Amino acid sequence: MTELSTLAGTDSGALKGYNFAFLDEFTKREIRRKILKAVAIPGYQVPFGSREMPLAKGWGTGGIQITLSIIGRSDVLKVIDQGSDESVNAVNIRNLVSRMTGVETTSDTGSATIIQTRHRIPEEALTEDQIMVFQVPFPEPLRTIEPSEQVTRRMHAEQDYSSMWLHLYEDIVKHGKITIGARYPCLVNGRHLMDPSPIPRWDVPRLHRSPVLHLFCAGREKRIYAVPPHTPVEPLEFEDYKFETEDFSGKVCERCGSSDTFLDEIIDDATGDSRYLCSDTSFCEKRQRGCA
Amino acid sequence: MGYVLVKGGSEAIKNAKALVGSLRSAPHIKVSQIRGRLRLSVDQVMGEGGLYAPELAALAIRQSDGDLVAASFLIRAYRSTLPRIGYSETSDTREMFVLRRISSAFKEIPGGQILGPSIDYTERLLDFGERGAVDDDAGTDDVDQEFGTEKSDIPKFKKVSDLLRASGLLEDVSADDETSGDARDEPCDITRESIRFPAPRSARLQTLARGETGAMLALAYSSLRGYGSVHPTIAEMRVGYVSLRIKHPYTGNDVSVGDVLVTECEGILSGVGATEITADNRFSLGYGLVFGQNEKKAISMSILDGTMRASEPKTPAEDQEFVLYHIDGIDAMGFVEHLKLPHYVTFQSSLDRIRAVKSEEVGEVSDD
Repeated sequence: MTELSTLAGTDSGALKGYNFAFLDEFTKREIRRKILKAVAIPGYQVPFGSREMPLAKGWGTGGIQITLSIIGRSDVLKVIDQGSDESVNAVNIRNLVSRMTGVETTSDTGSATIIQTRHRIPEEALTEDQIMVFQVPFPEPLRTIEPSEQVTRRMHAEQDYSSMWLHLYEDIVKHGKITIGARYPCLVNGRHLMDPSPIPRWDVPRLHRSPVLHLFCAGREKRIYAVPPHTPVEPLEFEDYKFETEDFSGKVCERCGSSDTFLDEIIDDATGDSRYLCSDTSFCEKRQRGCA
Repeated sequence: MGYVLVKGGSEAIKNAKALVGSLRSAPHIKVSQIRGRLRLSVDQVMGEGGLYAPELAALAIRQSDGDLVAASFLIRAYRSTLPRIGYSETSDTREMFVLRRISSAFKEIPGGQILGPSIDYTERLLDFGERGAVDDDAGTDDVDQEFGTEKSDIPKFKKVSDLLRASGLLEDVSADDETSGDARDEPCDITRESIRFPAPRSARLQTLARGETGAMLALAYSSLRGYGSVHPTIAEMRVGYVSLRIKHPYTGNDVSVGDVLVTECEGILSGVGATEITADNRFSLGYGLVFGQNEKKAISMSILDGTMRASEPKTPAEDQEFVLYHIDGIDAMGFVEHLKLPHYVTFQSSLDRIRAVKSEEVGEVSDD
């Protein structure tokens, strides 16, 4: 029988009884091994023994397992959700890592060594000293067209992506355009079809031959995959129907005046008109100060 | 304002949490009260949380304001911090200290039917009397709790399934893994390797054992009611304590590390349809074993163990991926509730597409 008194602890820390970075060392080692495998086979989904985390499934349990497995005491962590450091989910995750490790956190993209993200890649150019960690709800790009895991694994093994091409073709026939919003399927290293996580199409070209190590992890679906530095990442497109990013032409950020960033559309309470603001709040502030 | 646009997310989170505390209007409940008076909740949380720790489960129930899936989630998250130092030896449920055992397959069974603690045979009338509306702590006064003091006093019961097996009416246990072709000696551990399909039976059973009671009940019911064919006869369902033993790391001897309360159900799959009688004219058995006393889950587990052995699934309950991917309460709750998180970037992406398609329709697009 576990005695609650022994777990509650007597001295200061609420974290008595927890290992550095929450996970036990065996688990971290397993996850790091799986990351190495994922790096070795870009875009391939490596199954792993995903643990339950003190976050709800679907709230970043995959990303947090990667972050906690790779983080060291000298790392500097940035966490964003929808591009914002201040989103409740980003705050929650940042607090958790901070409480479990004591590492420094930042909202400055440039000074972070690990950036955990949900749905965005920061606007600022990243460097090879940084690691991007993506929270992934659906690791399987083929899931929308094939519900069975057994079948989709075979499709990847045989590089049989014909049904995805057909899906895109039918989309064009029905709507005149490819209507996939976020989660645009990409071919990684010319071999594996990959779900880039629900980043907007705007961010997809930024994965292509990027100097950064991109690690993707789906906690609920128990899969890790990676885009190593300088790896080709190509969104699926036809010769006559090209991949398109979101169109913000003629729109600028109301705060910093950017016309080259992904913009959030805000409906004005009073007028009902749309206003536009940078989704990357840290970048927007930098630009307002004239630093970016 | 929106919950992301404003600065001060940290402050908002803190206040939201404090508000939950402010809704706890009655005096503090002791963990021991939850353990003692909400024992079936505690059992359910231990099962779905995958950790046999009644006191922690009671603590989790209190912390989650009685939301049992949320409590199971607290237990699972805590479990992740504990290193896996070993696996127990196989426990034989024939050795169980039985509190309750019933068989619906036979009128009489060797050793007798033992009703034990159960409200199955009482009318479900809301009780306004002294044992109901009035707080009282004397509920167990009229029950003789003396079970005997010597280990040798505890009777052991043969299993009904053993009798059927001895008469050649039940398939061998070894025949159980036909659908996966998995011939491993050791059981799979789905908390250490992610499940692959077709899943070995050990992985199926482990996933079921941790499954959410309501989800399993619904799927089992679907098969029973019409979307399937399994209508088992309960050979035996027993509730009681089994002893867990591990190999001592130095001496190599088996040592007991304690007793756990479990519910075990063995259902004879004799319904109408595909899964009834095996090729060699025997019944097959669906197996359920769950922590604590949780009879509806144990029975549901035995049904789903049976349905998932269909080689060509025709109904949801027969489809391994459908059942095993969707019965986990922690997975399901988390992912459904994640819809509360901001999604405005992805939604912007969708807006861009629908606007593009619409402008195409009215021919407003000049270039493409």
